[in-house]
Amino acid sequence: MPAGHASDPQELSADTPAKMHDAEAAAGRSGSDAPAGGGPIVETKDLRKCFGKNEILKGIDFEVLPGEVVSVIGASGSGKSTFLRCINLLEWPTSGQVLYHGQNVLEAGYDVNRYRIHLGMVFQQFNLFNNLNVLQNCVIGQVRAAGVSKAEAKDRAVEYLSKVGMEPYVEAKPRQLSGGQKQRVAIARALSMQPEALLFDEPTSALDPEMVGEVLSVIGELAESGLTMVIVTHEMAFARDVSDRVVFVDDGVIAEQGPPAELFENPQLPRTREFLTRFHAG
Amino acid sequence: MNTSAVAGAVAVLAADGDDGFFIQVWDILREYWPWLLKGVGVTMLLALTGTIVGIGIGLAIGAIRTIPRDAHSGGLFRRIVLTLVNALLAIYIEVFRGTPMMVQAMVVYFGLDMAFGISLNVLHAGLLVVSINTGAYMAEIVRGGIQAVDPGQTEAAKAVGMSHWATMRSVVLPQTIRNILPATGNEFVINIKDTSVLMVIGTAELYFQGKTIAGISYETFPVYMLIAAIYLVLTFTTTRVLRLLERKLDGPENFTLATSSTTPESILRPGGETLAGRSR
Ligand SMILES: Nc1ncnc2c1ncn2[C@@H]1O[C@H](COP(=O)(O)OP(=O)(O)OP(=O)(O)O)[C@@H](O)[C@H]1O
Ligand SMILES: [Mg+2]
Repeated sequence: MPAGHASDPQELSADTPAKMHDAEAAAGRSGSDAPAGGGPIVETKDLRKCFGKNEILKGIDFEVLPGEVVSVIGASGSGKSTFLRCINLLEWPTSGQVLYHGQNVLEAGYDVNRYRIHLGMVFQQFNLFNNLNVLQNCVIGQVRAAGVSKAEAKDRAVEYLSKVGMEPYVEAKPRQLSGGQKQRVAIARALSMQPEALLFDEPTSALDPEMVGEVLSVIGELAESGLTMVIVTHEMAFARDVSDRVVFVDDGVIAEQGPPAELFENPQLPRTREFLTRFHAG
Repeated sequence: MNTSAVAGAVAVLAADGDDGFFIQVWDILREYWPWLLKGVGVTMLLALTGTIVGIGIGLAIGAIRTIPRDAHSGGLFRRIVLTLVNALLAIYIEVFRGTPMMVQAMVVYFGLDMAFGISLNVLHAGLLVVSINTGAYMAEIVRGGIQAVDPGQTEAAKAVGMSHWATMRSVVLPQTIRNILPATGNEFVINIKDTSVLMVIGTAELYFQGKTIAGISYETFPVYMLIAAIYLVLTFTTTRVLRLLERKLDGPENFTLATSSTTPESILRPGGETLAGRSR
């Protein structure tokens, strides 16, 4: 694993400032997002999102600490994807706050593009750049968004591609890859940006069953290495294995959350219990 | 029935006047080939320039029209400017798609002179007219081409922190270009033919040259047959070349695995089926 993703949270926060310094120097801005000690990387306060008249998120208070692996579970349509997309502003929240190291990223004039560099995202549908090959997919964001030099971007890309076992495919175009391979490249693309945290939106839901394992094992390794992650998933066994905390979203709010052992073995709310049993049954 | 009719026509053509039809055509070619060649050159220059500049205009407009304009992506002033720019672009597109190029040529050529005292030479005026005319059509073609790009592509680019322009340049527009290639080829072929209307301002393209030769030689029919044949050769050749280009842009069907040491010989066989690559 890369130096920035050490398993000890202490070591991580000690290492992050240097890395961020580079990014800041590259973007020609500084000081706006200096990490605050042991505070959360990202935090949401009373986050709400409406589509037209439908309120989908009804006030979500949430935080991710450095090194934490959080799984988000909940019924289809409960707003999990919307929540994740509000965190990196692919959807613009209707009200509430999204704080990055304590700073509200929804403020007018905040550099959203630079904020997104620090938060990787892995999509259900992979969304690899179809016009670019595997290597270019992992290089382009570094060069065009983070201002990394081409040579360094390439080195990093190869490093992370080999981490997910996709290095031999550097020349392949996305359409030449299987679903599992695409998702591994997508993970390498996100890692190449050396983000502080990675967001996953059902990373295995679009995969054929036999490819789910290869992707989950990559994510599991990342979790072990200490990378901060928020994972929306329907893979309950996986969530139980890798998470430090499981968040149950129901009807646009966080209904219940806690360590996986507690939430899965001893859910407090009837609706959590109902969801979990329904899940086991079907 | 059909064959005898054709045979009859050929006989008439062959027996026409003192010389046969083909001999007349040959004589015209021999005498006026520099004029014809110039006409071909100017026509192809007009069509090619018009198409390339038109693509540029179309892509630029496409990139401008997709700039986010929601409340949170900039101040009020920025939004007003963008709205204004979009309105102007819409007017440009409507006007140049909604009027004949022949009229546009007259208005631009004489209008610029009368209104601003700018007198362009006829070739420059022709290049200008065909470029902005094609640009208007290309803008609409590009709009469709951008819409055909999966929104997930833009989202992924945003998610790595790329700006609107970086996203357009590196991800969306390259895919758009591939999408619009067939329609663009079509525009090119249309331009080869339709630049003939520029003869109204005296641009020495192929049709204008034909008209002039016909006027001098009085051999109207053979001259226009010859002109038609040349147009056909130009459009046919262009179509084939564009199809080749399309195939080339798609890139190779197969790729090679980077680490040959771990790969069986057969996988790396040139043109052979690779692990995940589709075979031809
Ligand atoms: N762009 C949009 N416009 C209108 N409604 C939307 C939009 N995006 C999502 N919704 C609605 O918001 C609700 C929550 O959607 P969301 O995708 O967040 O659910 P989810 O929990 O991720 O579900 P799943 O498990 O099926 O992925 C759904 O009812 C959906 O129809
Ligand atoms: Mg979802």
